[in-house]
Amino acid sequence: MTAPTLEVRDLQTHFFTRAGVVKAVDGVSFSVGRGKVMGLVGESGSGKSVTGFSIIGLVDPPGRIAGGSILFQGRDLAKLSEEEMRDLRGNRIAMIFQDPMMTLNPVLRIDTQMIETVQAHKKVSHEEARQRARDTLGMVGIPSPDERLKAYPHQFSGGMRQRVAIAIALLHEPQLIVADEPTTALDVTIQGQILAEVQKLCATTGTSMIWITHDLSVVAGLADDIAVMYAGRIVEKGAVGEVLDKPLHPYTHGLIGSVPSRNKRGEALRQIPGMTPSLLNLPQGCAFRARCPRASEACLAEPIMAEIVPGRDVRCIHPHLEAPEAA
Amino acid sequence: MTAAPMLELRGITRRFEKKLDFAGRIAQRLGAPVREEVVHAVDGVDLTVRKGEVVGLVGESGCGKSTLGRMVAGILPPTEGTILRDGRDIKALTGAEARQMKLRTQMIFQDPYASLNPRLRVLDIVGEAPRVHGLLGGAIFDDYVDEQMRRAGLDPAFKRRYPHQFSGGQRQRIGIARALAVKPDFIVCDEAVAALDVSIQAQILNLFMRLRQELDLTYLFISHDLGVVEHLSDRVVIMYLGRVVEEADTETVFRWPNHPYTRSLLDSVPRIENRKRAFSVVKGEIPSPLNPPAGCHFHPRCPLAMERCRVEVPKLREIAPGQRSACHLNDQ
Repeated sequence: MTAPTLEVRDLQTHFFTRAGVVKAVDGVSFSVGRGKVMGLVGESGSGKSVTGFSIIGLVDPPGRIAGGSILFQGRDLAKLSEEEMRDLRGNRIAMIFQDPMMTLNPVLRIDTQMIETVQAHKKVSHEEARQRARDTLGMVGIPSPDERLKAYPHQFSGGMRQRVAIAIALLHEPQLIVADEPTTALDVTIQGQILAEVQKLCATTGTSMIWITHDLSVVAGLADDIAVMYAGRIVEKGAVGEVLDKPLHPYTHGLIGSVPSRNKRGEALRQIPGMTPSLLNLPQGCAFRARCPRASEACLAEPIMAEIVPGRDVRCIHPHLEAPEAA
Repeated sequence: MTAAPMLELRGITRRFEKKLDFAGRIAQRLGAPVREEVVHAVDGVDLTVRKGEVVGLVGESGCGKSTLGRMVAGILPPTEGTILRDGRDIKALTGAEARQMKLRTQMIFQDPYASLNPRLRVLDIVGEAPRVHGLLGGAIFDDYVDEQMRRAGLDPAFKRRYPHQFSGGQRQRIGIARALAVKPDFIVCDEAVAALDVSIQAQILNLFMRLRQELDLTYLFISHDLGVVEHLSDRVVIMYLGRVVEEADTETVFRWPNHPYTRSLLDSVPRIENRKRAFSVVKGEIPSPLNPPAGCHFHPRCPLAMERCRVEVPKLREIAPGQRSACHLNDQ
């Protein structure tokens, strides 16, 4: 078996605030194989975005990586200097953000921004860089890329802007792309277009991808593996089909139950009571304890991640091991 | 004859115009290619909502669904057309009667962070309108507010807090309590769960369904999320660039969609049941409502477009009992 493109081990990213230490990511481990898409799913404040930012080295103070390792092609990203990291970022690892209006510079034309990115990592002529930029724009499905290169970001629609952002991420054919909710702000038909492009790209170029989202339905169609995060920890991970068909952790179970299309029309949705706890003030033991229908005294002790079923890691003392309910 | 429907829209149109300023007019005189910009946000929409119904209004950005919702709620006046409430034209009402009518339709907004006044306590946010309109009915102000908060699933002990002390889901409950405090019978929900996490969204949707039964409410539920609309609505209306393209009861729309746009919309929705599948693609982008295509607005993206679609606007007409669609293909 070949080594995975990325292997995260016991990652801890903490924010040292005046109110106390916020453990946004607290012991997260997962790996992504070559050409695979890993779906990182969670609700607001679960630490999914901070995990992504940690990988690409964009955690700002007061936050920092407090422990663990991020092995990318054998190198530990957590230990690289800023200079070495800058050499990788945008080159071997790229990121796509949720809001393309924030990532594109509004006062520079697309060609300026793209050529700059190409020349930042490769010693090529201006003309070659422009050529590369044009080809990449074409690859992500932007019509007449030659003319569009001369446009400013505001002249693009939301979907097209996100395509430009994806094209910039692809300029150096990175081995890994971290995508943080890239289709959340887009309309359904446009989201479908982007997802189709991304799928095609991963299959043809062998790029690995971490797809961060709160939307289980997007991950269902796109990802190979899935990791569900809650309060800074991964509570369950495994192959997409396995996790979504037979969720073992009560949180995953509840999350899938809350999706309207899984419920009968007009009937009350199976809801998870309560709300996500503040990371400053986590309950003792399992963080999901207070909202969990299966919680018991035993949950006061911190559950550990364990491979309960082959290929399925779960952090729970009372997993759903019985046969799944007939849907 | 059956009773008049709760709400009836006839040929509702809303245009937003940007008039030329002084310099613009001079430039135009001198032959510069500037002109007034007119957005047809909503273009001749007919819609009927019967009492007790939940009607889902679906569409992508720029299709006019929010503008329509605002006109129904009385926040925006329509440019053309009439809005009938219980069979009476709301423009013809005056004085106390008009005020009464306005109170009976309330709106719940998308962003629970922007729709609550940050400088008011929950007590005043929820209680101000019923006090001003004299709806307390002899109850003590605090008791009345307590009851409204409890009904929306909020602990009345928090009534002296400010909005920033609540989470997103709780804020949405405050918005719901505020809307229901004036005893409306019709609620317009404009993307009311779009900003919430999945588990919180389920809680709020359940609350909507419970309140519907408890208070006999009628909803116009505006959303881009087809899963939510399918779950909640009795009838679904699909809009594209200011016009209604299809309308039918929920099961028909999701099982036998007629309009090509409805079909591509349904195909694009990611579903949790679909694994590792090739996402189907509608070609092209949503055109700008500033300059919509002639004829059927959907023709540049439609896989089945014909010559006729480029010139003639298709009429919304009944193709099966209870199902209306605006597509020329139904004429063949």
